[in-house]
Amino acid sequence: MISPETPPDERPADVYYYGTCLVDLFYPEAGLSGIRLLEREGVRVVYPQGQTCCGQPAYNSGYSSEARAVARSQIERFSRPWPVVVPSGSCAGMMKHYYPSLFDGDPFLERALEFAGRIHELTSFLVRVLRVRLVDRGEPARVTWHTSCHALREMGIRDEPASLLAQLERVEVIPLARESECCGFGGTFAVRHPEISAAMVEDKAAAVAATGAPTLLSGDGGCLLNIAGRLEATGQRVRPVHIAQFLWERTRAR
Amino acid sequence: MPVEPGSHRFRDAASSALKDPGLRANFRRAMDGLISKRAAQFADPVEWRDLKRLGSAIRARSLARLPELLERLEGRCLGNGIQVRWAETTEDANRIVLEILRSHGATRVVKGKSMVSEEMHLNEFLEEHGVESLESDLGEYIIQLDGETPSHIIMPAIHKNRQQIARLLGEKIRGARYTEDIDELTGIARRVLRKKFFEADAGISGVNFAVAETGTLCLVENEGNGRMSTHVPPVHIALMGLEKVVENLEDVPPLYSLLTRSATGQSITTYFNMITRPRTEAEKDGPLAVYLVILDNGRSRIFEDPELAATLRCIRCGACMNHCPVYTRVGGHAYESTYPGPIGKILAPQTDGVGARHDLVEASSLCGACGEVCPVGIPIPELIVRLRQEAAQPEPGSTVRGAGTGGSRGESLAWRLWAKSHRHPVLYRLLGLTATRLRRFIPGRLPVLAAWTSARSTPRPAARTLHELAKSAGVADE
Ligand code: SF4
Repeated sequence: MISPETPPDERPADVYYYGTCLVDLFYPEAGLSGIRLLEREGVRVVYPQGQTCCGQPAYNSGYSSEARAVARSQIERFSRPWPVVVPSGSCAGMMKHYYPSLFDGDPFLERALEFAGRIHELTSFLVRVLRVRLVDRGEPARVTWHTSCHALREMGIRDEPASLLAQLERVEVIPLARESECCGFGGTFAVRHPEISAAMVEDKAAAVAATGAPTLLSGDGGCLLNIAGRLEATGQRVRPVHIAQFLWERTRAR
Repeated sequence: MPVEPGSHRFRDAASSALKDPGLRANFRRAMDGLISKRAAQFADPVEWRDLKRLGSAIRARSLARLPELLERLEGRCLGNGIQVRWAETTEDANRIVLEILRSHGATRVVKGKSMVSEEMHLNEFLEEHGVESLESDLGEYIIQLDGETPSHIIMPAIHKNRQQIARLLGEKIRGARYTEDIDELTGIARRVLRKKFFEADAGISGVNFAVAETGTLCLVENEGNGRMSTHVPPVHIALMGLEKVVENLEDVPPLYSLLTRSATGQSITTYFNMITRPRTEAEKDGPLAVYLVILDNGRSRIFEDPELAATLRCIRCGACMNHCPVYTRVGGHAYESTYPGPIGKILAPQTDGVGARHDLVEASSLCGACGEVCPVGIPIPELIVRLRQEAAQPEPGSTVRGAGTGGSRGESLAWRLWAKSHRHPVLYRLLGLTATRLRRFIPGRLPVLAAWTSARSTPRPAARTLHELAKSAGVADE
């Protein structure tokens, strides 16, 4: 599935890292793990301290002018021509696909397009650009994987997480029933339509529990927060972990 | 974000639907079946991509030339002997149908399946005016017996399971015994309907595609009731939304293939009717008079907006609802609109007003499943976001009905504050510090959190933000 190593000259020397607000606040260890995974491949990682949020919450709620103001402030902090790696398919999708439409007819459009062209979701960047080779140093483990809707449908991330997990010799991935069905997060949707959102996350958490795997992996903070909240509320002993953190913890030299 | 009071029709109806485990099970089972049948049809992703592109292009081209094609269609139909009537509103359409029926002295009607007739609430209207109107599609027949509306645009009685249908037919049809055997149930309905086809003074049907080039009305169906309703009675009235026109006969096969494979996972339906004219003197059967009623009902207004006009590409296959995680859980009736599911979420707010149906516009997690399966490439999630924008911050010169009536002062203030704090790194970091340092003190009963914690534990921020971790780990800042 993945061809041999990238020639050294195609590997970028520097990358930007866009942590996302949810990882910043709820999964900072996962964020840092993503940085470590990139650094181990010999790229210099730059984390602009001025970054905040991609603006998706406002955009999805119909408040484009607010989203535009925030988007602009983000783009301006990532001005060098380096790839921007994002440990979230959802935020990556926002920046790649919706930033340009926010600046439709605006002189800033060109910069938005240039920025959008540099956006990479983390697992995809590890697999397709850096072509990482992972060495499993962990104990045998069983996990299940939840794909995020935006990673799947906006960023086209299908095989990348699986191909990374497949490199870990002692990790068994138990398939999740209805894997590609939404977990019910949807940002403000969870607040606007709490009962429907709850019905969705109940089903998702039940499917996770039914796999019997003690660890749930996902590549998006929103899904993790949502499913983890439900698992915890129902007393399920499943540990929700961001894939970046899981990969780093299992492969780091001890 | 604050939740403002407004129309909560959908939210309230969805809330009761969620409490009905039988209903939820019926939908889940049915949708799972439809999803896997469709998936089997489009197993080859390249073929799917190409056909979807072709279908999207055909529908986009038809819409780009809509006024011209409608005129051509009318001209062709007239030339073929089909009379054409235009209806701006559903009231107009009802009145037109009644006038036609009266001019033929018709008091008994059989109907094939037609969503436009559901938009018109035609059965009720006809009953009020002394005309008996009987649904002949099995699903439609079942819900008509029970006094209900369709819960799905392709399978109108999908909310009922076999036992419920068996009980209904056993109770409502004289001489029918209780049976759960599908063939027997179909047989019972067939016996009633057969007689009615021959007694009817007129037949009413929908239209799946109307071909401008030839004036042909195409009707897709599985039960043969469409053919019976349009060929046996002496008068046939076809109802169509004005977006249903395509340019050429060649445009039909790709759309037909996309329709049946997306809708029911069938390669082709049992019946495909092409109606071009009334019976000629040399012919022994077919209707003596054929009418085409073309309904607007808000469509031309949708057509005015170049982005939202994509809504009109819809070929009513139902795939978006089959794949929708919200529809699957609440069922079709909760939407309280003729078209439920994702297509309803973009259609009803445009015809009824974005403010009036704001709870529908809000009712999406934007998971994208609908846009992924739509065979004519309608970017449903993007249009949902666009309608949210029109509700909150309409474009100048917006043609969207009810533009600007969905937001609220409180909400827009909240987003302005949000934007301010997320544009200024210092403010943002301050918020992060506050949240992380006070993480143990976040009360689960905070109003904004109450919705979240009704089903989940209280979210706890980490002890330190990534900004802090990155800094202390010595990660470069620029
Ligand atoms: S919007 Fe697309 S998927 Fe939904 S019914 Fe219409 S054509 Fe089918």
